[in-house]
Amino acid sequence: MYFTRRVFSMLVTLWIIVTLTFLIMHSIPGDPFSTDAKALPEDVLENMREKYNLDKPLPLQYVLYIKNLLLLDFGPSIQSNRDVNTMIATGFGASAILGLQSLVLSIILGIGLGGLAALYHHRFLDFLSMLIAIIGISVPSFILAPLLIKYAAVEWGLLPVASWGTWQHTILPTIALTVGPVAIIARFVRASMIEVLNQNYIRTAEAKGLSDFQVVLRHGLRNGLIPVITFIGPLFASLITGTFVIEKIFAIPGIGKYFVDSIFNRDYPVILGTTIFYSIILIITLFLIDLSYRFIDPRIKLSSRED
Amino acid sequence: MERNTAPADELFKPIESNRFFKKPKPSIPMWKESIINITKNKLALVGFLLLLLILILALVGPKLVPFTPNEQALTNANLAPSSTHWFGTDDLGRDVWARTWSGARISLLIGFAAAAIDLVIGVMVGGISGYMAGRGKLGDSIDRGLMRIVEVLYGIPYLLVVILLLVVMKPGILTMIVALSITGWVGMARIVRGQVLQIKQQEFVLAARKLGSSHTKIIAKHLLPNAMGVIIVTLTFTIPQAIFAESFLSFLGLGVQSPVASWGTMANDALGVILSGQWWRLFFPAVLISLTMFAFNALGDGLQESLDPQSKK
Repeated sequence: MYFTRRVFSMLVTLWIIVTLTFLIMHSIPGDPFSTDAKALPEDVLENMREKYNLDKPLPLQYVLYIKNLLLLDFGPSIQSNRDVNTMIATGFGASAILGLQSLVLSIILGIGLGGLAALYHHRFLDFLSMLIAIIGISVPSFILAPLLIKYAAVEWGLLPVASWGTWQHTILPTIALTVGPVAIIARFVRASMIEVLNQNYIRTAEAKGLSDFQVVLRHGLRNGLIPVITFIGPLFASLITGTFVIEKIFAIPGIGKYFVDSIFNRDYPVILGTTIFYSIILIITLFLIDLSYRFIDPRIKLSSRED
Repeated sequence: MERNTAPADELFKPIESNRFFKKPKPSIPMWKESIINITKNKLALVGFLLLLLILILALVGPKLVPFTPNEQALTNANLAPSSTHWFGTDDLGRDVWARTWSGARISLLIGFAAAAIDLVIGVMVGGISGYMAGRGKLGDSIDRGLMRIVEVLYGIPYLLVVILLLVVMKPGILTMIVALSITGWVGMARIVRGQVLQIKQQEFVLAARKLGSSHTKIIAKHLLPNAMGVIIVTLTFTIPQAIFAESFLSFLGLGVQSPVASWGTMANDALGVILSGQWWRLFFPAVLISLTMFAFNALGDGLQESLDPQSKK
């Protein structure tokens, strides 16, 4: 019962997102052919508009789109003559691999760094790890990526410069994607663990003779995990659907670039397709995070009907 | 024994009434106590002074050199930092020191605006949503409604919203702040909600409720101060992220227009030339963004310790 209600409400959220995106998309100036319109004669343009249903009134376009969407068909891309379904299917692999790699790395490094800082609160290691975190967050990936290419790839020749293929190709983009999230996760872990380590139950755990390691891992980390998990949700959704900047700089055949390119090209089916794909992943992730709150802290009650 | 022989009057002398029952210390309001605590925290003081220095330089910095931020001198292009051009010059011969400090005004304004939006909308939505979850049918629907709004705002492509805004409004700082305020707060709202969900299960909240505190008072005085740690951490990320978002928006033509400088646009413009060795054009704006971050972090840590009710000794 709870589950079916949640699935229904997720579908409603998705429908609102699709509808709003559809409306906004059509209310901004320009159309898919305005960029290369000079090259095309008027009757060709008319044929093109007809082919992509752009000559029909907006409400009808909307109904037609939703009808296709219910059949899980995102329609054809106007710019590239491919199906949006195919575009997502072929590009998602590369984006997801990079995203997952950098997510796992961010979580491990972030928790390690933040945990160390909390344990050695106000001491040298705390200072050092927070310095690393501050540098990490204030050097964005679009600055870090060219620097990485310049040194690691061009000057020292350690790794391939760009493009996609072997595992070595994923190293530099993964680093560029990881630095920011590591810094943020480390700060969250530190802040909430400092708070948790002051609580009475930690003193109890210490008093009953648990080792430091056990106290930190079983009691400290678990109870300080909620902000981290909350932050990781949207991060997961945006990382595995690819990052525009990183995919451009490293020439990675992922789907991240479609999110921005489609908007500049007014490629309506691609805008909607990528938005829906991202939103589905996001909505499911946020739902799972809500569920995980109860797993981390059984006292948490999200709905008054649960018990 | 001598004590027994003492007269009864001396044994039962009435004591001064305030010897055992000391008058309670006048209670210090929470905010006042926090200010007292902050001034005792050295790290926070360092952060505060650094921030003050950056603000002062943003105001007077460009006037300290005989160059204006947008003055071009092509014969002096691409000079390394020297005693005339303290931060060097860019490809159009503009003085990087003057541009850095005039850019600071825009970047800091955007950063502060984003922080204010986070604090006002994000913390409020998150606090209400987290507190209302599991509090009867009405509470559940408030939490769900607010979280669905957050999901929708996460889902709609931000860039589309920004372009739509560009159609409706003139490009400029105000438009940029509006663009930030539409979606800028959703991350904060979710973080605060998660934190409140956890904190409100603790006994002191129940105690406060049974003692008759109102919902508003519980959220404002008990739940949010205990969530202060993560609120401050989130704020310290919002500021640099907004500074970089500004450079992205300016790149799209929504933000500041071409000759006007901001840290984000300066860093962005400098990207093409790092490879040719002109490090100063990226270095100074990037270091200042880092220093601003550091100042906020230090100040935030101090605030966290002085505002957090649990860490009092």
